[in-house]
Amino acid sequence: MKKLRILSLALAGALCVSMLAGCGSSDQGSANTPAAGGETTPAGTETGSTATGTAFKLGGTGPLTGGAAIYGLAAQRGAQIAVEEINAEGGDIQFELRYEDDVHVAETAVNAYNTLKEWGMQISLGSVTSTPGIATSVLNFEDRIFALTPSASSPDVIEGKDNVFQMCFSDPNQGLASAQYIYEQGLGEKVFIIWKNDDVYSTGIKDQFVAEAEALGLEVVGDATFTEDTQNDFTVQVSQAQQAGADLIFLPIYYQPASLILSQAAATGYTPKFFGVDGMDGILTMDGFDPALAEGVMLLTPFNADSDDEATQNFVSKYQELYNETPNQFAADAYDCVYAYKLALETAGCTPDMSAADICDALIEVFPTITLTGLTGDGAGITWDSTGAVSKSPKGMIIENGAYVGMD
Amino acid sequence: MSKKLRQMKRSTRSRVFTYALVIVAFVVIQLLRTFKDGGVGSVLEGQLIPICAYIVMALALNLVVGISGELSLGHAGFMSIGAFAGSAFAIALQGIMPLSPLRLALAMVFGAIVAAVLGFLIGVPVLRLNGDYLAIVTLAFGEIIKSIVTNIYLAMDGKGLHFSFLNDTIELEDGGVELIRGPMGVMNTQRISTFIAGFVLVLIALTVIFNLVNSRTGRAIMAARDNRIAAESVGISVTKYKMIAFVVSAALAGAAGTLYGLSQTTFVATKFDFNTSILILVFVVLGGLGNMWGSVIAAAALTILPEALRQFSELRMLVYAIVLILVMIATNNPTMRSFFGRIGDKLRRQAPEQKGGAAQ
Amino acid sequence: MVFLNYLINGISLGSIYAIIALGYTMVYGIAKMLNFAHGDVIMVGSYICFFAVSAYQLPTVVGILLAMAVCTVLGVVIEGLAYKPLRQAGSLAVLITAIGVSYFLQNAAQRLWSSNPKIFPPIVPREWSISLFDGQLSISVLTIITIAACIVIMLGLTFFTGKTKMGKAMRACSEDKAAAQLMGINVNRTISMTFAIGSALAAIAGVLLCSAYQTLVPTTGSMPGIKAFTAAVFGGIGSIPGALLGGLLLGVIEILAGGYISTQLQNAIVFAVLIVVLLVKPAGLLGKAVREKV
Repeated sequence: MKKLRILSLALAGALCVSMLAGCGSSDQGSANTPAAGGETTPAGTETGSTATGTAFKLGGTGPLTGGAAIYGLAAQRGAQIAVEEINAEGGDIQFELRYEDDVHVAETAVNAYNTLKEWGMQISLGSVTSTPGIATSVLNFEDRIFALTPSASSPDVIEGKDNVFQMCFSDPNQGLASAQYIYEQGLGEKVFIIWKNDDVYSTGIKDQFVAEAEALGLEVVGDATFTEDTQNDFTVQVSQAQQAGADLIFLPIYYQPASLILSQAAATGYTPKFFGVDGMDGILTMDGFDPALAEGVMLLTPFNADSDDEATQNFVSKYQELYNETPNQFAADAYDCVYAYKLALETAGCTPDMSAADICDALIEVFPTITLTGLTGDGAGITWDSTGAVSKSPKGMIIENGAYVGMD
Repeated sequence: MSKKLRQMKRSTRSRVFTYALVIVAFVVIQLLRTFKDGGVGSVLEGQLIPICAYIVMALALNLVVGISGELSLGHAGFMSIGAFAGSAFAIALQGIMPLSPLRLALAMVFGAIVAAVLGFLIGVPVLRLNGDYLAIVTLAFGEIIKSIVTNIYLAMDGKGLHFSFLNDTIELEDGGVELIRGPMGVMNTQRISTFIAGFVLVLIALTVIFNLVNSRTGRAIMAARDNRIAAESVGISVTKYKMIAFVVSAALAGAAGTLYGLSQTTFVATKFDFNTSILILVFVVLGGLGNMWGSVIAAAALTILPEALRQFSELRMLVYAIVLILVMIATNNPTMRSFFGRIGDKLRRQAPEQKGGAAQ
Repeated sequence: MVFLNYLINGISLGSIYAIIALGYTMVYGIAKMLNFAHGDVIMVGSYICFFAVSAYQLPTVVGILLAMAVCTVLGVVIEGLAYKPLRQAGSLAVLITAIGVSYFLQNAAQRLWSSNPKIFPPIVPREWSISLFDGQLSISVLTIITIAACIVIMLGLTFFTGKTKMGKAMRACSEDKAAAQLMGINVNRTISMTFAIGSALAAIAGVLLCSAYQTLVPTTGSMPGIKAFTAAVFGGIGSIPGALLGGLLLGVIEILAGGYISTQLQNAIVFAVLIVVLLVKPAGLLGKAVREKV
């Protein structure tokens, strides 16, 4: 019966080959990853490549499927909107955008990166999440392809790499800023932290928060943690916070588990203040979320979808029209990344026929000198230092009546 | 040549074929990498070492599932241990031993030893159970390993090694290096795994497994699989032989983990979860239980397949799932089997002269 | 008091595991297969109920019934398309197929309903609770409903397998399929029926799971699925009271381990307890030890 195995393997092989062959011809069409809204509007790729025939090949990896897909898809869509806007204007800088799926796994991110490299990527949006981001940033460095990541916030992503830049705050900076903000505004006396143990992002913020709180004399009465596998129940963590007598719970986590913590705390009648980080942004956009639960929740975030600012309004309405949901900070950061590239490429005078390495050298020079007024810049603008770290002012927000209100 | 092949024992023929397959594949890829412009393409190039690691994982698991007949759902745990122990070892030796192939070899040996010791410790309770109960306990151990490794902090400085668990309490001197960083996993400053090392490891794994299977020990292992009671009645210590298979498998998985770990810039403990264990099990079942060359091909093909399906983007995993189900049904359903069997017979009758080692 | 609080939370979590585990155990008992796709059927059930209630404004009861109906059909279709062709095949082939089905359901759900988390509308408001000891201890109504549902389902299943004709046929099939067939039992129909019941239970479990823990994503079912599978083995797979006991114990251990030892090692402790139990009682707490035939 072994011949059957051979046959089936051969069949699988044939399938594999036929798909490879099939893709060779359809490569042009698929260059633009078919996102949900792709069908309703003219794809950015086509406007880009047909308008002038010379567009910068911009590539990025992110989780487009799997448990973390929400972040990857948001970044992809945000970048897509920016690319379409820029290409529609028809200026000198045109982009051809391609996002590849990395399923939030470093190994797959490397494969995705290599796929983009074979495609001829000239500039990169790095990876959306941190662990894959660390892996691809090393390759960006080795291959001399410039990268500006929208949201891979671990300091390891940029450390020691002259051509990798971040659009988001680094994790330690968020921890630092949060501790200072809580201390300076006198928001809480006894702070309790609930963080996610197997997440680089959460661990990074929490470690720095604890260190800074100690330096400032802000009392941290305890902390509790959870993992990917145990994030369906927080009754233990909430009652630990209650026992510790905490009057403020710091949540350096994403909004999905945070929403459950809010709800379980409310169900037990425990009402401390909650303070979140930029991952908390998006909590109000969840389908069916009761905004009353988030009443009074404070967070530091660079982006506010409810802002009156015209650019933000424009972006949010476009995003809602295309994808039928409110954009979160991942989408806004990715949107800003594309505009930052536009500005930097214009300043450096790069043209799409330049090699990736030449563009990289030019951008390394230019990036620390530019100031971008982006969606996430809070009017003051976004700048970078030569290490690749971003400098923009985080905004303290409080949720009142189901909307963000600036805190100061 | 073909006459000689036909005269061989079936198992010998299969062995020769397996070695030939691996060596030819290696030579072809190496030739392409050296002489062809652009080599094998950057996607495949980046996958070469992981493919080798997955092949060794599949071989190791096949030893337990196919040869020894015990279903293990936690083999990624051994890979994890190998990856973390081996990488930590290699990073620690970075200053002392600049020659990277030697460091890699030592790291793999170290990873294999640590995984083997753990395999023995786990084997003691696990192998007392049978069937699905054994499977669930291996799953449990896989999850436990993941939880524990996620919380290990290990660092080294002038004063020696520092270890802490659950919380990072290590205060490093200047110039100290972090080896394992808890939830943040391992950061490799140098990726010292090479494709050649991967190839050598695959050959070693094949040699170890074939020699084991064709020895007295191997026959005892298979006897225990086929009929435990009969084997016991002729004086075979079933637990002992199952343990040998389990520990050898864990050691190979550990070495594969080290190879994998040292080919990655960074990896975290959650990478080696239940899904990874299942992925490797899929390689083994698709390649055929006890069939080593089947495991080699299945591991390579199924690692490349999701990448080859990239243009399908979001549909990729959907297609993968459907292919998986269809292949399982096609190879295991009696009607489908006889259908393919008839086609196979027809093909064979038409081309009898082509019958070689491959068509056994 | 803290201990009591943990205990109640544990029982609440445990009853959900128990309902899922009941489905697992039924299917395992008769088909002798580890149906890894069970957790994903739960997820599908929850989505159906979610859309019925929040998008079409149907009453919750209708939503639950609809979810049960869809899951029942889904379970029977999965069984017919993917598992029935493999009735004669080895258990490993079936296991891999089940995993294929699980991947399929998760990815199809992502495709259809996007990966954005949905907040599930609870069957009763989450704030409703009964206060005891001057408010030091509060039990939510949802917890009480969950526990009650769990017990009712267990009793119903015990009655069904013990007294009805179909239930007896199921037990006969699980003992010896060939002999059952000789006695005129339609084995295929009985197995389909088991999948139908198991999947309907999955829908209820899904609704309760999401009512208590609110967020709904395409991977919602996978971890509870594995935990419930563990619970089923814990109690002795194939045994109905065993599934209930296993589920409850697992939930309580999980919460207590998190509360008193470490939330980082919560899962590790749960699995460690499982290993210890299986070493002492290799067939689970209430499982029958099967003597090997010579």
